[in-house]
Amino acid sequence: MALLTVDELSVTFTARGRRDVTAVSGVSFDVAQGEVVGLVGESGCGKSVTSLALMGLLPRKGVRLGGVADFDGTDLLTLSPSRMRDLRGRQLAMIFQDPLSSLNPVVPIGVQVTEILARHRGMKGERARKEAASLLDRVGIPDPDRRLREYPHQLSGGMRQRALIAMAVACAPRLLIADEPTTALDVTIQAQILELLRELVDQEGTALLMITHDLGVVAGLCDRVNVLYAGKVVEAAERRPLFSDPAHPYAHGLLGSIPRLDAPRGQPLHPIRGSINDTIAWADGCAFAPRCDHYTLECLEGTPALGELAGAAGPGHLVRCVNPVRDSSDLHTPLLEAPVMDASAEGDDEAPSPGTSAATSADTSVDTSSDTSSDTAPDAGAEPAAEPVADTDGASGGAPGKDTPA
Amino acid sequence: MGSPVSNTPNHPDDRDAPETPGTPELSGTPAVPHQAEAPAPVEGERTRRASRKVDRIDRLAELTARRETTTGAGLWVEAFRRLRTSKMAIIGACIIAVFVVLAIIGPWIAPYSPTAQSWRGEVFPNRGLFVGPRGENWLGLDHLGRDVFSRMLVGARQTLMVGVVATLIGFTVGALIGGVSGAALVLGGRAGQRIDAVIMRFIDMMLALPSLLLAVSIAAVMGQSLTTVMIAVGVVQIPIFARLLRGAMLAQGGSDYVLAARALGVRRRRIVMAHVVPNSLSPVIVQATLALATAIIEAAALSFLGLGNPDAAQPEWGVMLAQAQRFFDQAPMLAVYPAVGIIITALGFTLLGEAMREALDPKLRS
Repeated sequence: MALLTVDELSVTFTARGRRDVTAVSGVSFDVAQGEVVGLVGESGCGKSVTSLALMGLLPRKGVRLGGVADFDGTDLLTLSPSRMRDLRGRQLAMIFQDPLSSLNPVVPIGVQVTEILARHRGMKGERARKEAASLLDRVGIPDPDRRLREYPHQLSGGMRQRALIAMAVACAPRLLIADEPTTALDVTIQAQILELLRELVDQEGTALLMITHDLGVVAGLCDRVNVLYAGKVVEAAERRPLFSDPAHPYAHGLLGSIPRLDAPRGQPLHPIRGSINDTIAWADGCAFAPRCDHYTLECLEGTPALGELAGAAGPGHLVRCVNPVRDSSDLHTPLLEAPVMDASAEGDDEAPSPGTSAATSADTSVDTSSDTSSDTAPDAGAEPAAEPVADTDGASGGAPGKDTPA
Repeated sequence: MGSPVSNTPNHPDDRDAPETPGTPELSGTPAVPHQAEAPAPVEGERTRRASRKVDRIDRLAELTARRETTTGAGLWVEAFRRLRTSKMAIIGACIIAVFVVLAIIGPWIAPYSPTAQSWRGEVFPNRGLFVGPRGENWLGLDHLGRDVFSRMLVGARQTLMVGVVATLIGFTVGALIGGVSGAALVLGGRAGQRIDAVIMRFIDMMLALPSLLLAVSIAAVMGQSLTTVMIAVGVVQIPIFARLLRGAMLAQGGSDYVLAARALGVRRRRIVMAHVVPNSLSPVIVQATLALATAIIEAAALSFLGLGNPDAAQPEWGVMLAQAQRFFDQAPMLAVYPAVGIIITALGFTLLGEAMREALDPKLRS
């Protein structure tokens, strides 16, 4: 039984005289006790709105919530504001992106830590101060007694974030939401903060919902990852399968756009072209289609369903794509702007696919897929390595097991 | 390892540094595995140098540590430190200090009684005969034969009192109204927005009236007295303080630390009192110093218009100005003294207020 079950969460911003903007449209995921779940995506895909909705921190006016967020039997979305205030800080806590602006500049750290102890644990005076010092000590701030008397601007960035974490874990919350906690920090401090978070999760059994756009953070910390795009989960998987076999072209593209030390010299990065566009509704098909190199006409027929990836290494690898990427080897091949050569592409399609041994899909659908790929031009690159991408089709449902021929 | 026995060991040191495991000189411990092989003089020299370096680093660390603890300062302490280096602030503070001291001790150091018409026989306003500055009376005599210098000194207290009390009234009431309004707006939800709207429309109405007209109406309704002047000038300041505090609270209400405090379940009252208000006060306090200057001027204006202290014998700068007006063509200096007094005092408060605004401005903080 998961601690937090988010089911079809949707957030719509409404303003009089303007079009409604749907920031999150049907996000579902689970977070179990002691688990670290990542929410990944680029700016504007709905990560932060999701977290604010779960915390009940969105304004009441002009926001329409949908779906259910079941936190140990209570629905966070319909809870009254006063019950929600009692829950926040004690059972749910949040860490924000910018540690400097998240601390009150005119109040010493100590006061800010003890006010939470006073609010939720009824601690006062010397007892609260001692507890605050031990909290700071626990998150690795040296000389906590002195730091308690200091103001936020006297602390370094890493120390501020530690102080914020200390405040968040002051009441041993069962769910911790971290909204890009390392973005404002440099890499060495990032590593320390992530280590600290990992420690807290391991020792306390806290569930951690990690919101980030940094795949390095995901790789280092998360047990399970949800990739968001335009307000929907497009891929959900355990960490390892996601990084080894990303199935959604978007997740695939995200991984492909990270610079790698082991890549050959002079090889350019492969960005995902275009940028997120909130006017594209999922109702008209896959919202990622305009940026996708593998889209077919089927992609534009209604919202693709989030389904189990056929032939995945393990269960629980969900993907929302009609033509999931099957071969991770083309992570490093240019997927973009391949010259359109229908004939040769088709020829290539059929020729080497039985030959490429490992994970290529030598399934029954080769024929139909090569038809569709010739219709939709820009995929199926001239490079032989890129072509297996094109010939997979039939979403997740229809295809039978395909690793069998190998 | 052929370490040459030379008088200048620097060079070989640098060269074989990466090979020897114990060379970090900062650690202060002599390189132990090295000791067996290396010739004694070189080793001695090296440890001496190392320990010197260590001392230096220790001293530096101590210094920085000390500086760090002494800078244990919040917004206000730091603002004060910056004020001390600002020329504008020092000049303003000096003027205010002189003014305050004079206001306090004025009645005791005044050479003559400010109300006694001791030289009545020497001044003939009807014939245009006035007595200017002289050894006996530094600033001359007024139209009733009273010593102007004594009247200036004693009048300073009244003027200061009117300014301070009026500003206090305006500050307290205005901050209360603005604080309620801002708190309701920031954290009161939909009902709070309505409360805020009602309060602010009322404040807008007050702002729409010309300030002097408002003060005159209040003074006219309440009758002539010094208290009336204070209240009238104070009421004029209320909407300014209210709007200012509300605006600052509104800005702070959207800040990250308020969101963070809400995310940790801190009570709304506590968020307002401990987080929003202290961060919103600095513009209001700056405004208070500036308001002191205008309060003094406005109080003088009301006295000038005859709405001040009914006992005209009691010296007050505004009253003195009003009385001098009648003889402006014969004795312009009688008007100049109180006017200069008002201007300099107002300037002092304005300078200090301006400097405080700069010192508290987070954008200018280093």
